[in-house]
Amino acid sequence: MKTIRLFKPKQKKLNRSMAGNTLLFILMAICGVFMALPIVMIVNNALKPLDELFQFPPKIFVRNPTFENFSDLFVVMNDSWVPFSRYILNTVIITGFGTLGHVILASLAAYPLAKHNFPGKNLLFGMVVLSMMFSWTVTQIPTYMIVSWLHINNNFLALILPAWQFGMGLYLMKQFMEQLPDSLMESARLDGATEFQIFWKIVMPNVKPAWLTLAIFQFQQMWANTGSMYLRDEQLKPMQFALQQITGGGTARAGASAAVTFIIAAIPIIFFLVCQSNVIETMTTSGMKD
Amino acid sequence: MATSENLSEIAKRQKKLGYQIKKNRSCYLMLAPYFILFFVFTVLPVLISVGLSFTYFNMLEMPRFTGWANYIRLFLEDDIFLIALKNTLLFAVITGPVSYMLCLLFAWIINEFSGKFRAFLTLIFYAPSICGNAYMVWSLILSGDRYGYLNGILLKLGIINEQILWMQTEKYILPMLIVVQLWLSLGTGFLSFIAGLQTVDKSLYEAAALDGVKNRWQELWYVTLPSMKPQLMFGAVMQITQSFAVADISIQLAGNPSINYAGATVVTHLLDYGSTRFDMGYASAIATVLFLLMVGTNKLVQKVLRRVGE
Repeated sequence: MKTIRLFKPKQKKLNRSMAGNTLLFILMAICGVFMALPIVMIVNNALKPLDELFQFPPKIFVRNPTFENFSDLFVVMNDSWVPFSRYILNTVIITGFGTLGHVILASLAAYPLAKHNFPGKNLLFGMVVLSMMFSWTVTQIPTYMIVSWLHINNNFLALILPAWQFGMGLYLMKQFMEQLPDSLMESARLDGATEFQIFWKIVMPNVKPAWLTLAIFQFQQMWANTGSMYLRDEQLKPMQFALQQITGGGTARAGASAAVTFIIAAIPIIFFLVCQSNVIETMTTSGMKD
Repeated sequence: MATSENLSEIAKRQKKLGYQIKKNRSCYLMLAPYFILFFVFTVLPVLISVGLSFTYFNMLEMPRFTGWANYIRLFLEDDIFLIALKNTLLFAVITGPVSYMLCLLFAWIINEFSGKFRAFLTLIFYAPSICGNAYMVWSLILSGDRYGYLNGILLKLGIINEQILWMQTEKYILPMLIVVQLWLSLGTGFLSFIAGLQTVDKSLYEAAALDGVKNRWQELWYVTLPSMKPQLMFGAVMQITQSFAVADISIQLAGNPSINYAGATVVTHLLDYGSTRFDMGYASAIATVLFLLMVGTNKLVQKVLRRVGE
């Protein structure tokens, strides 16, 4: 009975039946196969030699795995007009600042909305929630005009500043902060802590699962952004743009583009795993409830 | 360092209005950086879009005010919009609640596991949302020739005699898109539920066991769900925005326009006018109608969610 060991061994869960555990495990295994398909396909395609990539009918699994596609990709990368390291640096700046800034600003604004009463609170929060329901396609054009008025076109700021105010992040953080018991903040306030200190030293550590999750969402969004709408200079473009150019290379670059697809997926997955395993760790270390 | 004298002084001052404003000032300060950007990059564009919905705007000439013309055209003359609206509502009514339940169910099951295995399981179920190649997978499965996986299996089992053009046959398009959308459903809501389950107070479970909660289902309904109401609300809003705005999978798998508009949704219709025909005024009117539809649904759903665990 292998399944038992997968459940938390130390703190034995209450109200759990063996039959129920087995049933759930089987259900997860069956569904898991379907859900894992995209990862399985990406990994296999990246390892396929050219003749297998063009095989018809296509097969999911690779038969003669090879790293040729990756060496092809490195050749293409070295040929690029702008050094590839430049694209990587651009991505680090855009994705890094876009994610970090959003998590901080959204959390900072979420704290008063969750834990304080002041005039205008419901109006501001209501606007954020409703804003998520307005089609992004339509607001793109006005946003472009605003970016032009601000003269931040062809600048990293055109990608970073709008990313800092996405509605979802504020909403997510506010919902989690609402759950914190007031007494947690009250005692710090009596000790003379400022609101900002309470936010940074007490609220944020206690909603770690929330901001780690938000970081995953935001990283994914920033990483997928090619910036082609705002960035004209080749030296400013992110890695995603350069990689997608390679994918557009047609049959001649099919191998390299399979490797590209792998890299495009692998980086957010690594980020996801780092954040997600920390979400889980917090559970064992924090005993925050009063 | 606050002395006891200071503390009593603070307590006195707390009652005064002046102190209230001063205390709130720090709130407004914390709100300012986010909300300044929010007004510039979200509120302003939305207001401009709503304004444009009352104009004719082809993105080359200045917008020309046309009053309610776009809205009248939308509901009285545009048959395709009505098809798209019907498809979207059908889509939302089915995928919305089912996706939401799936997110909750899988998040809850995954929460039963521990350690690295749990992170791995989360990744597997989140994979369709993170990999971005969902279309590749499904175009292989739904390929219209006999090599498409679905056709292959059905032919082998003798359920069908000849291959079906899944994405070119009117009656299969919408059901198949719904299946794909359900497969894609474990996204934002799912991860926020996973995180939300972490914040449920563990001692509540012990207390519940003493109070006579007998199995995991009762525990779910009486303890877990009420403790994560904020996340349930969040998940519902995300679900609404996703179910009503579905367009990508339809365009990728069935094309835009799809056969006889069988896969048309409000947003594919919007994209048709916004990015193909450059009629931004009309596209903005569609967006405004969609917005009102979502706001209405949200009101309704929030009312239902308040009753969880009662």
